[in-house]
This record gives sequence, C-alpha cells and structure tokens, in this order.
Amino acid sequence: MRLDHTDQQLINHFQRHLPVCERPYLEMSRQLGISEKDVIERLQSLQSRDVVGRVGPVFEHSQAGASLLAAVAAPEEQIDLVAARINRAPGVNHNYAREHTYNLWFVMTAPDNESLEEHLDKLEQELRLPMLRLPMIEGYHIDLGFDIDWGALS
Amino acid sequence: MSTSTFPSEVTVTEFDRKLILATQAGLPLVSDPWEELGRQLDMSADEVLARFQSMQEAGVIRRIAAVPDHYRLGYRYNGMTVWDVNDDRITELGAAIGELPFVSHCYRRPRHLPYWSFNLFAMVHGTTREEVEDKAARIRGVLGDASRQHTILYSSAILKKTGLRLRS
Repeated sequence: MRLDHTDQQLINHFQRHLPVCERPYLEMSRQLGISEKDVIERLQSLQSRDVVGRVGPVFEHSQAGASLLAAVAAPEEQIDLVAARINRAPGVNHNYAREHTYNLWFVMTAPDNESLEEHLDKLEQELRLPMLRLPMIEGYHIDLGFDIDWGALS
Repeated sequence: MSTSTFPSEVTVTEFDRKLILATQAGLPLVSDPWEELGRQLDMSADEVLARFQSMQEAGVIRRIAAVPDHYRLGYRYNGMTVWDVNDDRITELGAAIGELPFVSHCYRRPRHLPYWSFNLFAMVHGTTREEVEDKAARIRGVLGDASRQHTILYSSAILKKTGLRLRS
C-alpha cells in the first residue's frame, strides 16, 4: 500500500493520540499544515482502503470487565474446526493461528472474572484440549502502536 | 513508559455506554464530530466532548487515535517474541523492552511449567521474517543473561479480530 508523505505524517502524528478538543480535525490540520477538509478526506480515504481501521476511541478492556489471553495446541488436521469453535465462544475478540505447538491464540472477554472462568472452563471441555491461561501480570507497553519505518515499507 | 496500573473502580454511566456504542466503530468524520454525536444521542456537543474527556481521564478510554492496520501497511510478519526471564529482574527489564520503539505490546504473563516456560511477551512486526528476527536480536541484547531461552511465534492467519464490543 503506497501512501503519500502527508498520509504518512498523518499516521505518524495521530496513530497514538488525536487531540480531544472542540474541532479535532481542524487542530490536526494545523499540525500537518493542510486544510481541515483535506484531513477529513484523507481519513475517509485511509479508512475506505482499510489502512486505518478506525478513527476513534480505544477502550480499556480491563475497565469493561475481564479479559484473558489463552492458547491451545490443536492437532493440525483439526485446526479449522477448533478455531471455529473458539470463535463461536462468548466474548472471543481475537484469534490468531501461530506457528508453534500451541497454534491457536485467542483473547476472551467477559463482564467479570467469574463468568470469564466459567466460559473458559466450558470451552476447554468442549474442545477437549488443555488450555494455557495467560493473564497479564504487568503491562509495560500496552497497545500504543510503534514507530512506522516508511522507508522499509516502500 | 512506566508499569501500568488500572484504577479499580470507575463508574460508566448509561450515557457513557451509549457514547461507547455510538463510537466503537469510529468517530464521525465531520468538522464537529461531537455535535454530530450529540444529535444522534440527544445531547449537546459540549456534554459529549466533556464525557469523552472524563472517560479518558478515568482510563475507560485508553486513547483516541487513527489506528493503522499494520498488515495492510505492509507489515506481513507479526512475531510474538516470548522470553524466559529471571523473575527478580523482569519488572525492570520488561519496562526497558516496552520502551523499544519497535515493540507494540509488552506484557508479563505467568509460566505454566513444564508446558510453557516464557514469562515475558513482546510483539514485533516486520515486512520480512529477517526484520522480525533482527528486532528479536535487539531485545535479546537488552535482556542479556537474564533471559534463559526465547522463541518467536509467527502468526500464520488472523482468524478473528474485533475491537472491544459492548452489546447494546
């Protein structure tokens, strides 16, 4: 995906935080040296190309309830079936296949710890696979993005 | 960045819930997004903005941002690097790894011996596997002898990915 310099600057400046003020896009346009209309059109275009997933709030999961990273080692020939069962379980919002014995990694959320444990127990029984439960003990850098190396991408 | 702690109790009002539901797919891309939201929710633009600011202060909203899709940008390789780090040094070293500019997430998680021996997770991204490996080598350099072993789990498929969703 080729982006022009202004689009790159837009992502560099605002992938972590947008100004939360009366006219956020106007404030962004001042920082970028372009018009407010241009900022809005660029954001629309980036979104329509799925380069920017969304322009908006990132909610704190721990504030909305409990969440946990878990993993299972699915037999290779059953991986699609197991993945589909995981995706159907309540509150699963991420599920990644990874190259490892533990080959399915997913995040489950629930309103509180008790129901989270219940849902995980139920899923574990349904899958008949032991589940690694890996709650966060400490967060050192929580989903704040990283500096994009545009040179390496071009 | 320092270790994060979460406030244990935050009240999310009924109005906040409505705001979250109205914006979890994104803010309106119009000159005054708060006014537009206010129209949808029958509130004033000032009230909407004030609730956003206070939810951010309270930590209910982590941030408001233009969140890029790294895969679409060209970062085809997502490596979850996992490390078996000396417990006595993990807090100090975890903070140092979290500060590396190319690490997108960094957490401490429990071991499950004998099945799982890694207690530090750091996510890195690259356009090639070599790039991910170079970044892992830089993490290795910071951890030094405090890491007994490590591995990289590359993602081979994204089977589900949605942001936090509240049910209406």
